[in-house]
Amino acid sequence: MSDDRHDPEMENVSRRDFLRGLGTGAATAAALATSSTAPPAEAKEPDIPPARGKRLKGTVRVTLNINGENKTADVEPRTTLLNTLRERLDMTGAKKICDRGSCGGCTVMADGKPVYSCMMLAVDAQGKKITTVEGLGSPEHMSPVQEAFVEHDALMCGFCTPGFVVSISALLQKNPNPTLDQVKAACTGNTCRCGTYPRVFEAALAAANKMRGGV
Amino acid sequence: MPGTGWKKASEYKILGKPQTRLDGPIKATGAAKYAYDVMLPGLLYGRVFRSKHANAIIKSIDTSAAERIPGVKAVVVTAKPGDRIAFAGQELGALCATNSDIAEDAIRAIKVVYDVQPHATQIAAAMRPNAPSVHPNRPNLPAPNTREQGNVEEGFHSAKAIHEGTYTVSNWAHLCLETHGATCHWDDDNHLTCWASTQGVFSVRDGLAGHFRIPADNVHVITEVMGGGFGSKFGADYAITRAAELAKKTGAPVKLLLTRKEEHLSTGNAQGAVSTLKMGADADGTLVAVDSHTVAHGGIIPYTIPAFPFVYRAKSSRATQGSVFTNTGPSAAWRAPGFPQSSFIMESAMDDLATKLGMDPLEFRLKNDPNPIRQAEWKEGARLIDWSRRNPKPGQGTLAGTGRFKRGLGCGAATWGGKGGGGSRCDVTINNDGTVKAEIGVQDIGTGTRTYVGAIVAEELGLPREAVTVGIGHSTMGPGAASGGSVTTGSTAPPVKRAAEAARQELLEAVAGKVGGSADDLELADGKVVSKSDPSKSMSFKQACSYLPAAGIKAAGKFDESLTQGGVAGAQFAEVEVDTLTGHVKVIKVVSLQDGGAVVLNPLTYTSQMNGGIVQGIGMALLEQNVVCQLTGRMLNANMEEYKAPGPMEMPEFVCVPFENPTATGVSGIGEPPVIPTAAAIRNAILNATGAHVNESPMTAYRVLDALAAAKRGA
Repeated sequence: MSDDRHDPEMENVSRRDFLRGLGTGAATAAALATSSTAPPAEAKEPDIPPARGKRLKGTVRVTLNINGENKTADVEPRTTLLNTLRERLDMTGAKKICDRGSCGGCTVMADGKPVYSCMMLAVDAQGKKITTVEGLGSPEHMSPVQEAFVEHDALMCGFCTPGFVVSISALLQKNPNPTLDQVKAACTGNTCRCGTYPRVFEAALAAANKMRGGV
Repeated sequence: MPGTGWKKASEYKILGKPQTRLDGPIKATGAAKYAYDVMLPGLLYGRVFRSKHANAIIKSIDTSAAERIPGVKAVVVTAKPGDRIAFAGQELGALCATNSDIAEDAIRAIKVVYDVQPHATQIAAAMRPNAPSVHPNRPNLPAPNTREQGNVEEGFHSAKAIHEGTYTVSNWAHLCLETHGATCHWDDDNHLTCWASTQGVFSVRDGLAGHFRIPADNVHVITEVMGGGFGSKFGADYAITRAAELAKKTGAPVKLLLTRKEEHLSTGNAQGAVSTLKMGADADGTLVAVDSHTVAHGGIIPYTIPAFPFVYRAKSSRATQGSVFTNTGPSAAWRAPGFPQSSFIMESAMDDLATKLGMDPLEFRLKNDPNPIRQAEWKEGARLIDWSRRNPKPGQGTLAGTGRFKRGLGCGAATWGGKGGGGSRCDVTINNDGTVKAEIGVQDIGTGTRTYVGAIVAEELGLPREAVTVGIGHSTMGPGAASGGSVTTGSTAPPVKRAAEAARQELLEAVAGKVGGSADDLELADGKVVSKSDPSKSMSFKQACSYLPAAGIKAAGKFDESLTQGGVAGAQFAEVEVDTLTGHVKVIKVVSLQDGGAVVLNPLTYTSQMNGGIVQGIGMALLEQNVVCQLTGRMLNANMEEYKAPGPMEMPEFVCVPFENPTATGVSGIGEPPVIPTAAAIRNAILNATGAHVNESPMTAYRVLDALAAAKRGA
């Protein structure tokens, strides 16, 4: 905290102001009640500041690059990327399972690297290329990894599946010829309760083989 | 024309062969919408607020600060002053707000004043004399019941070998990945739509209709996909009901799904148990007496586990069974309720007695297993794991070796019902444009129900799978069974088959004149209507349908008991490697055999269920337990980093065999049987590897080390 006294932005802020700033988020968010829960709206409140700078308070507008498209959402600084995707942008592929970085259900890629979107703030996701499971393919046009998951029954209830698909896709982008042990290591951060693991491994190796031109 | 029975897999084009799931593409691409995913304009986010004390009397609940937070729209309080709280995490009420961050703020602003009482959250604490009362005016340990058959004292007297041991199974969690709850929306004062995360669409409909006193038809429950239940999601539970109440109060749609912590605290757990078993066998290995004393543990509610002897037959038995209450969350049915627990206890005692007898544990089981199908499964399983490799004495043999890492083999039995029941109805529609739809209100909890509905109809109509559109999971469709007890397949496949047969019959009668001949002479195959006596007389299915009236055909099918049967048997073998320095156990291979019934409708989804049961069994065996603190009354591992569930690195080699039952005429369910014997097989493999009797599950490293030390001392 002592460093704050030397930070120009913090110079004229008392501790009371700082703490009060954290509380105004709720008040401003309320004013946006309707727009923040509707499907992505075209018209947003004009006086929502963009989420830039060292100190953010209240409601801020984030601009996120998701599956190649720029999307904006009005969030609090504490809002996670996961909540932004699911609650503001109607992108419910990433799932909220533990909401504390323990299970991988919320896995997305940030600049090609698999990350837990529940452990990344929306404001910190700005400037990164975010890829969600929806960006990898659609039911009519699945990616090779998604096709392999269906082919090898690497899914049962399906709730963990988006996380696994993203983790495996990220692996194969980086390592097109993984061993079984490398596949296992790539998804140790994903939990499945139905027990699809052995078939996830099969699907990953089959997809890798297909993507390298095998049959 | 009456319907027919099931054919053998080899006689089918679609059934009996692996089929990919109809909902595979939407699940793999994130397009599948679960209750947790439903988005509606003006949606509010609900949360439940809960007691932080394990035993308390409510003095006051003040929600005013929460209600003042901008964005908080409604609060419902279900607990009142004077109410008794019996576990930390017990529900007090619910609220909703415009986003989940604000809802979290609101939960923290609720002020509750408690008259805190002493608690007993661990079994030992609950069983002490003068222990705090978990429930007022009820003993923590109610009087047990005893059942007797034959005379155990005489049995023990005649026994050549007797073993007595105490075995413990810890409570563990369901760990559904999609938490409990629903998204609810009132279309008007009397019509409710509820997207529920449930194993029983109609159980939720009836619960909500009863709660709000509206006709069942006014409640539309939708569950097209759901993220796991494992026995804990039936009926209009607390979360679902509060979601509906908040939606009614605000006039807005409300999504209320529990947080992970709440799942651990309050949505159920598999009951624990402590059993002391005394078993006697005569010289040739026949079980002559089994005397048991079991105390099961279901938190604040009484629970039990199947009595002993479990699976095996004994000449005489006495089983005393009771329950102990603790101030912890209530148990709920967990995949094959009580059976994995009784299996762990019984199979451990079987191996321990076999060791005393100096008898091969498999031979000992063959001697005492009355089930002829399982007799065959034991033998085939022994072949697949190569039982001859096992250490002839626990801890002594080639597999055990002389080094730090020791391997061994163990086995255990599965037994279950799995027969379907009545009440379901499937509707098959054939339109005059040749399109076909099959609908039944059943849910698919991840087992592949949706897929076999389509496959059965396609098979009966001689069409490819893609030609049939399947609708499931709406309470507006024909009634469907709740997915519990592994009854779904046996309850659902028969009405689907009968509906398809009836639709086929109507179609053939309608078009017989156009094709030539009578309906009895026609069949549907390869997308065509064909005359059996003169195959040159045929037309495409689509063309035949064009002769139907505008309304097409709609045929219903109901349950037929002759198409299902129960009495599923199974056997599992496990090979483990024990690190005797750290106590860590690695499962190398699991061989699992389960009854296939008359035909395994989809061997792909069937074997996935077997894999899944084994994975959960590994969790029960080595990792999973609810840890509750006696000092604070709180659960210490109500999260997914400290509650250990199996992950990719815990996976063995899986050999899963749907075992043919040549005499079967009915289909059976497979959801529960494969989880029953896994922990037992692993425990016995550890014994075979090291000579250590690990008598408490989960067999964590420290318990294995304790057992290794005891074995070394000759205990």
